[in-house]
Amino acid sequence: MTTLQEAPATRSAPKKKVRRYSTKPRKSITLTLATGVILLYSVVPLLWLVINATKSREGLTDSFGLWFADGEFLLWDNIVSTLTYNDGIFGRWFLNTLLYVVAGAGGATFLAVLGGYGLAKFNFPGRGGVFAVVIGAVAVPGTALAVPTFLMFSQMGLTDTPWAIIIPSLISPFGLYLMWTFANDAIPTELLEAARVDGSGEFRTFFQVGIPLLAPGIVTVLLFTTVATWNNYFLPLIMLKDPDWYPLTLGLNAWNAQATTNGGEVIFHLVITGSLLMIIPLIAAFLLLQRYWQSGLAAGSVKE
Amino acid sequence: MAVFALVFLAPIAYSIYISLFKTRLIGGTSFVGLENYQQALTDPNFWDGLFRVGIFLVVQVPIMLGLALLAALAIDSGRLHGASFFRITIFLPYAVPAVVAAIMWGFMYGNQFGLVGNINEAFGINIPAPLGPDWILASIGNIVTWEFVGYNMLIFYSALRVIPSSLYEAAEIDGAGQFRIIRSIKLPAIRGALVIATIFSIIGSFQLFTEPSILQKLAPNAITTFFTPNYYAYSLSFNGQQYNYSATIAIIMGLVTMIIAYVIQLRGMRKGS
Repeated sequence: MTTLQEAPATRSAPKKKVRRYSTKPRKSITLTLATGVILLYSVVPLLWLVINATKSREGLTDSFGLWFADGEFLLWDNIVSTLTYNDGIFGRWFLNTLLYVVAGAGGATFLAVLGGYGLAKFNFPGRGGVFAVVIGAVAVPGTALAVPTFLMFSQMGLTDTPWAIIIPSLISPFGLYLMWTFANDAIPTELLEAARVDGSGEFRTFFQVGIPLLAPGIVTVLLFTTVATWNNYFLPLIMLKDPDWYPLTLGLNAWNAQATTNGGEVIFHLVITGSLLMIIPLIAAFLLLQRYWQSGLAAGSVKE
Repeated sequence: MAVFALVFLAPIAYSIYISLFKTRLIGGTSFVGLENYQQALTDPNFWDGLFRVGIFLVVQVPIMLGLALLAALAIDSGRLHGASFFRITIFLPYAVPAVVAAIMWGFMYGNQFGLVGNINEAFGINIPAPLGPDWILASIGNIVTWEFVGYNMLIFYSALRVIPSSLYEAAEIDGAGQFRIIRSIKLPAIRGALVIATIFSIIGSFQLFTEPSILQKLAPNAITTFFTPNYYAYSLSFNGQQYNYSATIAIIMGLVTMIIAYVIQLRGMRKGS
């Protein structure tokens, strides 16, 4: 159990390196090079994506995959064509994705925080039962639920509307689990009792004592639900027929598939540039927020 | 809780309900009891897919988790130049959607303007086509490994960070070397994280869908409609309109996943005590 005194230390751990060995370990070039292989494996495909986003459709086939094509650097032209192709449908998909993320991942995080806090800090009958259901829910494959959810939603007339994506995204059993363990560790019950003795209501206690202590956990859950919604493919694939409501994942796949259908225009260069544009916001979010979410992961998800 | 009931409990109940019926061309929908389950258990397509994700899981999950563990131990050892750069960079592929990853690797695998084509040309050799029927499963395994090595590495690394430093000091006084510390302190301490990562990877393997469904267009001969059980369930519903049978497959897969996850959890925890 992390006590209050330890909590700030855990939070700042990734920033300030804690010396844990009595003798400072020697930096090893061999080990750096060996781990470098894994690093290259992770990075080379991303480099490929960046490099090939600068090529024209012809350049893609003519030039070596991991170097720029001779005399052309069309990144900006490709971005413009991606954004304007087909009356700017890419922008529409981008906004759809944003909507699904804000409503779905935001809502899921809110529910996970409320639920996790409640489960960790209030004793009520049936808590063991709820725990079993949540753990079971983490284990149930999400795709196993998709087909029956589709049938139910189509009877309710919700398919082919944004609701069909947002409502199922609201539940994140994993987020709830993460928040629950995190709240267990990060909020000392004595602090809540002290707040209550001082006459603070439950809601005020939650917002003024609970939320600040939970912040690293909230950022972590928010990032993971955001990734899940931003990357969601299966759910929109079965729920949506109208391209106007597509998220980026479905849209890019549709562009990619265009090449294999008869009479479809081959736009691989736009698929590649669109892919690059799609991953930039998430990578930016991870880099900007890394200090917060990494500490949330350390304190919450894996500590037994 | 209401949302939870609507998107979680209701679909499960509904899916069990429809799995007990069958819609025929003549006679409409009728109650058939467990007939669909019987059909699934003798369906060669279903077994084919299940067998395929079985192989996938036995080969891919250990490779991926092994790489992730090596990277986590290396970064945690304090012996790397630029350890935090390694940590964030290896994690980055996790931010790439499975759809984009599959499209991207699909291009690289292709011999049209892919890297494989380039390599064959440059060295005058003939690497077996990654999108051919013999190699497609390994190719998908590579994509999944690429996507999740960093994610698992981070889970392990976070678990390594919370080991109290007094343990290391004690070990050093006793004269333990690095490998001894890894074996006797680090690995036992992160057993919980290892179990969780294994369970999530297994669930992920059973759910394999996005990568094969994207690559299907590039490799129509190598990926069948029943390539994985999940893909089979999808094809049955949305190309074949066999909703009842599809629900049955989904339920069986859900049960199989839960049982395996449960067994791993029990085994992992028992070793811990």
